[in-house]
Amino acid sequence: MPTVSDLEIANAIGGSVDAVGAELRAASLATRSIKKEAKVEGLLLAVRCCDLTTLEGSDSPGKIRQLAAKAQRPAPGDASIPHVAALCIYPRLVSLAAGLLKDSGVKVASVATAFPSGQAPLRARLEEIERAVADGADEIDIVISRGAFLAGDEEAVFEEVSASKQAAGPAHVKAILETGELGSYDRVRRASLVAMAAGADTIKTSTGKISPASTLPMAVVMAEAIRDFHDATGARIGLKVAGGIRSAKDALRYLVIVKETLGEEWLTPERFRIGASSLLNDLLMQLDKQRTGLYSDPDRYTLD
Amino acid sequence: MSSTWDYSPAPESTDMVDIRGDYGMFIDGTWSEPASGEYMKTINPATEEVLAAIPVADETDIDQAVAAASKAFKKWSKLPASERARYIFRIARVIQERSRELAVLETMNGGKPIKESRDLDIPLAAAHFFYHAGWADKLEYAFPARKVEPLGVAAQIIPWNFPLLMLAWKIAPALATGNTVVLKPAETTPLTALTFASICEQVGLPPGVVNIVTGAGATGAMLVRHPDVQKVAFTGSTEVGKEIQRAIAGSGKRLTLELGGKAANIVFDDAPLDQAIEGIVNGIFFNQGHVCCAGSRLLVQEGVFDALIAKLKRRLGTLRLGDPLDKNTDIGAINSRQQLDKIKELVGAGIDEGAELYQADCPLPERGFWFPPTVFTGVSQSHRIAREEIFGPVLSVLTFRTPEEAVEKANNTPFGLSAGVWTEKGSRILWMADRLKAGVVWANTFNRFDPASPFGGYKESGFGREGGRHGLEAYVRLS
Repeated sequence: MPTVSDLEIANAIGGSVDAVGAELRAASLATRSIKKEAKVEGLLLAVRCCDLTTLEGSDSPGKIRQLAAKAQRPAPGDASIPHVAALCIYPRLVSLAAGLLKDSGVKVASVATAFPSGQAPLRARLEEIERAVADGADEIDIVISRGAFLAGDEEAVFEEVSASKQAAGPAHVKAILETGELGSYDRVRRASLVAMAAGADTIKTSTGKISPASTLPMAVVMAEAIRDFHDATGARIGLKVAGGIRSAKDALRYLVIVKETLGEEWLTPERFRIGASSLLNDLLMQLDKQRTGLYSDPDRYTLD
Repeated sequence: MSSTWDYSPAPESTDMVDIRGDYGMFIDGTWSEPASGEYMKTINPATEEVLAAIPVADETDIDQAVAAASKAFKKWSKLPASERARYIFRIARVIQERSRELAVLETMNGGKPIKESRDLDIPLAAAHFFYHAGWADKLEYAFPARKVEPLGVAAQIIPWNFPLLMLAWKIAPALATGNTVVLKPAETTPLTALTFASICEQVGLPPGVVNIVTGAGATGAMLVRHPDVQKVAFTGSTEVGKEIQRAIAGSGKRLTLELGGKAANIVFDDAPLDQAIEGIVNGIFFNQGHVCCAGSRLLVQEGVFDALIAKLKRRLGTLRLGDPLDKNTDIGAINSRQQLDKIKELVGAGIDEGAELYQADCPLPERGFWFPPTVFTGVSQSHRIAREEIFGPVLSVLTFRTPEEAVEKANNTPFGLSAGVWTEKGSRILWMADRLKAGVVWANTFNRFDPASPFGGYKESGFGREGGRHGLEAYVRLS
């Protein structure tokens, strides 16, 4: 595998996106009809790919305890429901979460780099990463500098992602492009390539703090960039969609996009994540619906 | 959890479809048996199962149908235009109301994927009626300062690739302009046309305004030759179109022909490749390539040839071929054994002539008529697969270096129905569109239709336009 060390690879892959075509493709994939076993398997897969998330100013140790329990056993008493992929939280709460989730299989993911704006000095952002990793974070969700990117300073974005990756050491780095601020699919593609070239392990759509957050066409465009990056370098970069994904139906639509754009190899928590909070309960409710034919009382699902 | 995530079968229900054992023809507002007593069978091409027996119209039946249309013309053409519009609006609404039934029927009888009949054929058919209903009382604005009169009885013959949609393209403008109609659906796909006849009954359309006769080529030949027909509209093969033109020459009948095509889909090296791939796939594999304006010749600028072909081959692997009623099917059944044989013959010719064949690795169902998505590379202009209309899921790929060469190759065909241009450069799109001899030029998209947009061909792809204000012109006498 050639080493990926500079922007050259992003330039070599290049390419552009036609907005109408990308949206048509996403709309067409959204008509896939997922029924019966495929639905059950898809819903379980979505649970396994969930980054159960809380990113509020009001987050407290108590909230983290609740979510850590939910992440490990989304449906208490039902062993057929797998644990989620990760718990995604602010850095201050990482050490607590790491203790709670030790040996559970659920990873601790921490946002860092002055999430969600990224508007802090680079040194402070890198320290934030180092600290979160030292506290036990397995994964770091960083934000790219949209200001620098939109100003055309791709070098700066590249250097920052690269430095973040280095600061994260063994931790898995997800680079948030904040697609809703980039203004075009062309820029989303370009930002995807720059972030991957700089060493991001996963590229992620949104912080969830601005609207629009993740959309199906954005996911299509990013998945196509990941595929082209794989063709060029052999590296398998992950995709994380986040923000506004609340229904099981939407989650299945993202799985369809991943399956038909990147292939089955990407249908695993190692390469695909859905950042969500309320989604998980809808997944559980739809799973019960598949098994019993009936929708259960919403109070049968824990509010955490 | 298995290692792969496969979609479970998701068949559309056929409950709302009521296929009768045998059908009559719809003449003068009643269902009549054929004078000859002769019937033919219509099948489901995906299963070869017989769906119904369909009358074969002979001279007597055609006489009756044309007489009914002539008689109805007297009143229909004098009806206040807003009244005519009301009937056409009602037809449009009932098509929407019965859209599931029509979509399932279209798929069962023709083999096209349900997602296409559901999302494209039927909604567009309804849109054509809505659009033309709007024109009915505004013809003086379509042709300012001209006197607008209907022609009389329109004989309309439609193909099997978009049965209800082609019916809509024909009947909607004819009715809006005050003409009456005798329409013959294709012999392999008569069921939605006959269901449309029941929609005419449902909306209370006056008897004789729309007549549907069924049969094969001989029936169509009788219909266009009938002396009381004032207008002939045909969509189908260039060969039959020429026959019709010969047959009615000198008769004073007005004629529009929408015939074959061998469209060039031209991809420049700056094109958005992933969307171009979707456009290429949609251009040639949409409706199994049974599309007169299909992008059957792919012209690729040399610099992106390798990248584009690699992407195209991978994309072929994700196309889902199978049960047309399954909502996740991308490629349905070939419409008939005859068409399958023709596709096989031309693909054989491509191999013999030395082109390189690539086919998606997909298992074909045992029963029914099927052909896998196929791409030929290394195709020369002189190969039959670059010249002749295959009308199947077969793409011929050629390369070019300069825009001039692309235009030259694109236009170097007896046909001229459609073309596609893929580039990020707006000026180049306009430059190309000026030079391409094709009735429709799509830019960074393909196979998009709208009732307001005129459709028709150059050269051996026919003449006359359907849709838009231009389409109305084919059904009126202006003075």
